[in-house]
Amino acid sequence: MNYNDAAFLTERIPLGDKRALSRAITLVENEDPRALKIERDLYSLTGKAYRVGITGPPGAGKSTLVNVLAKEFKSRGNKVGIIAVDPTSPFTGGALLGDRIRMGAALADHEIFMRSMASRGGTGGLARTTTQVADVMDSFGFDVLIIETVGVGQLELDIAGAVDTTVVVLVPEAGGGVQAMKAGLIEIADIFAINKADRDGAEILKSELQDALSLMPAIKNGSWDLPVKLTVALEGRGVKELVDTVYKHKEHLEASGKFHKNRQSQAEIKIRDIVRAEIGKRLWMNPSLKSVLDSLSGFCVEGKIDPYSAARTFLQSAEAQR
Amino acid sequence: MDKIKVLVAKPGLDGHDRGAKVVARALRDAGMEVIYTGLRQTPEMVVEAALQEDVDFVALSILSGAHMTIFPRVLEKLREAGLDHVVLTGGGIIPPEDMDKLHQMGINKLFGPGTSLEEIVNYFKEEGAKKKVS
Amino acid sequence: MITSEEKSVVKTDLEKPAAKKSKQRKEFFRNSSGMDINNLYTQDDISGMDFEGEVGLPGQYPYTRGVHETMYRGRLWTMRQFSGFATPEDTNRRYHYLLKHGQMGLSVAFDMPTLMGYDSDHPFALGEVGRCGVAVDTLADMEVIFRGLPLDKISTSMTINGPSSIILAMYIAVAEKQGVAQEQLRGTLQNDILKEYIAQKEWIYPPKPSMKLIVDTIEYGTRHTPEWNTISISGYHIREAGATAVQELAFTLADGFAYVEAAMERGIDVDSFAPRLSFFFNSHNNFFEEIAKFRAARRIWAKRMKEKYGAKNPKSWMLRFHTQTAGCTLTAQQPENNIVRVAYQAMAAALGGTQSLHTNSMDETLALPTEKAVKISLRTQQILAHETGVTDTVDPLAGSYFVEAMTNKMEEECEKYFEKIAHYGGVIESIHNSFFQREIAQAAYTQQKLVDSKDEIIVGVNGFVDEEEETDIPLLRIDPEIENKKVRELKELKASRNQETLKEKLDAVTQAAKNDENTMYAILDAVRVYGSVGEIVDALKVVYGEYREPAVF
Repeated sequence: MNYNDAAFLTERIPLGDKRALSRAITLVENEDPRALKIERDLYSLTGKAYRVGITGPPGAGKSTLVNVLAKEFKSRGNKVGIIAVDPTSPFTGGALLGDRIRMGAALADHEIFMRSMASRGGTGGLARTTTQVADVMDSFGFDVLIIETVGVGQLELDIAGAVDTTVVVLVPEAGGGVQAMKAGLIEIADIFAINKADRDGAEILKSELQDALSLMPAIKNGSWDLPVKLTVALEGRGVKELVDTVYKHKEHLEASGKFHKNRQSQAEIKIRDIVRAEIGKRLWMNPSLKSVLDSLSGFCVEGKIDPYSAARTFLQSAEAQR
Repeated sequence: MDKIKVLVAKPGLDGHDRGAKVVARALRDAGMEVIYTGLRQTPEMVVEAALQEDVDFVALSILSGAHMTIFPRVLEKLREAGLDHVVLTGGGIIPPEDMDKLHQMGINKLFGPGTSLEEIVNYFKEEGAKKKVS
Repeated sequence: MITSEEKSVVKTDLEKPAAKKSKQRKEFFRNSSGMDINNLYTQDDISGMDFEGEVGLPGQYPYTRGVHETMYRGRLWTMRQFSGFATPEDTNRRYHYLLKHGQMGLSVAFDMPTLMGYDSDHPFALGEVGRCGVAVDTLADMEVIFRGLPLDKISTSMTINGPSSIILAMYIAVAEKQGVAQEQLRGTLQNDILKEYIAQKEWIYPPKPSMKLIVDTIEYGTRHTPEWNTISISGYHIREAGATAVQELAFTLADGFAYVEAAMERGIDVDSFAPRLSFFFNSHNNFFEEIAKFRAARRIWAKRMKEKYGAKNPKSWMLRFHTQTAGCTLTAQQPENNIVRVAYQAMAAALGGTQSLHTNSMDETLALPTEKAVKISLRTQQILAHETGVTDTVDPLAGSYFVEAMTNKMEEECEKYFEKIAHYGGVIESIHNSFFQREIAQAAYTQQKLVDSKDEIIVGVNGFVDEEEETDIPLLRIDPEIENKKVRELKELKASRNQETLKEKLDAVTQAAKNDENTMYAILDAVRVYGSVGEIVDALKVVYGEYREPAVF
């Protein structure tokens, strides 16, 4: 029983040991050397969880929506996992993770597993390791994984590359369809949810969005008509319909072959990321290459060489070293 | 990158969360990752959150006088869940003699009214450093 | 008569030595609301104001100087000490004792489960039954509490909010059983749910249905219990949660106006309920800031009630309030010092013109107060009333440059908050947007930082500390057997009821909520057949749902 041992954790996670899962997530988050083995060994078990992303501006009620969505998925017989990302303070490195507050009763029965993640410098709405954490959770056997982005108002577009269905949550006062278009939200959305739809302006926003969508029919997914759903998460209204729509999108992805294609391009991104990291490690950790770099950068400052030529020279020395 | 992770929880019914929130912010400002559960938590909910979030500390804020019921209960549940490594601490209106009793049961340092944020932050830093080494 | 030229000479002369020659103790002098306090106040600071219109005379609009012409020369404030007893039997005994000793006003404190709408046998109630007040589950408990007490002769104040209409219904049902007409009932229900979302967190349903329930009680009150004060709008808890004085003032008054608007929307005439609204404020450490707060409160209320809401009855313009000294200023260190703090705070309340006052006991940071400590706190009020002479004239601080300038400033800052609240779309929307909660959390954090950096000194805590202090205060403890007994009795009573009738009455409560009718009548029917607080709350939750707190730090 050693929860600090990678082999032990990989053995326990498929057996449904929550504590092992929880610890493994910590190792992945910390980019601990042990995480590599865990991710590698568990990868064959991933791919079963359907991944739903929830993103949108601050104050849109994302956490509340995640709460009711999780309950709805669960009531349909799914094992549900949640990853909620909150911002890390760039000044202190600390973070206040408050997403559990909203979950209340859904967590009380212990059947929904929720993990809060601090963004730790990650941009684009996720932490750097969110995808890996999602993979580890996938291997635990969740049917549905809900991932909620930071929600501080910056561009949070990475979510689309990490999930199967992206739900963009807006509120009536969010500033209309044009805003959504500008923010790049239409490009990443598979479903729009207008939350707090009991307020004035919900129907207006809905038709604005639909107008905006009709102007750009070919943006993606061809045959998928981007649906705009109304919800009042606080009262659980519109949630069943939203989940139905997620399933419709899933069917669409599967029938059109896009499910496989998307997952393949996500896998490609993963491979690229790993290769990039690996190349970086090999290049920048090599002491003799470091001294080459030092002298080249010195020459740059003295004006003896430009950065482009310096880079070419550097790559040539790297080649020569192999 | 190992961060100190703290679960700040308000068990029981009392809604006086001023202290819990101020402490949560101070720990965040000291570079820690703080998970705040919100109000009205049962011991079972607190321990489940500690397990799912893999925290180093569970800090309870209790002002209702129910500390002699709640602290031992949370400790017991932590042990049942195999989370012996999690440090159980907290604060609130807890008379010194009760603090002694709770300490003997295995609950770590408790903070009474009027404690400075600096003292609290330092405690978490020191205890946290010990844990990260061991 | 001094000319303005002469005055400015005088002023600069006076300012010079303080500002330039001698170094001042601190770089900034600020009150809790973050207002800069000047070195000196002169007529210049209030020169622009219409003294007659803004300050006027006591007992006259806008009541800045108080709601009574003779104030404490006529009648002293009511010394009302709020206290909790664990069981209905103990509470009843205590009330008989108080009545025998001449007190006519009773005050009921409930335990936490009751306040949150949980029965004593609910899992959330574990360890909390009878801990900080009496546990009321059904009408049977209220019958015991008021056994042998003539409800037509006494006035009762009940501090409860979430399930307040259920408790009021139980009180009415007890009166029925005594043969007392409900028209004769006198007392006050706290019934202020807005401050629960803002500060105290004892909520049950979301804000909108909660407001509906409160308007139901107001409407019921205008029809059947005309002598009953249906709401006591409370700033006390807002302040305790960390708000500044001006935040307490602004948020509380905003809540008050929100109730007025909600009742008027229902079509209830403003003058039929506004005279029965009262307030409950906190009296904190900063002496003049507090006095200014109380004076400004009366003025703002009067102006808006008259001008904005068109109230015609002067009683609707008058802000009457109860005060409690600030519990959050009490220190666990050197607890005897708290006696002194309480005394100053009490004096601020008296100089601010309070109608009634609760003084805290020195040992309350540690647990429920002991009898000796309670007695000292009452004596503090008596000394203030009978020995200090501050009660001998009405509003003695009127005309003070500093106090009048501060009062104006309070009003100004308060108006700024009203604008912000309006910007969010009113009080309920501000709650949904966590505006109040954020403001208070920020103020609490800032204040704690000031204490940590010793910019703010708290004697015995971060200054003048006794290193070898041994606190030896005897603490009151509650016997855990009380809870077991209460749960046992409740289970027996629940089993003994006619289940069919009960279900019918509880369904009627749900139905009334669904049909958007006044729920008071169905609730009354349900309490008459011994439906419990928890059961009736659940019957309403079916329609209204539950509130969940926002994540705000």
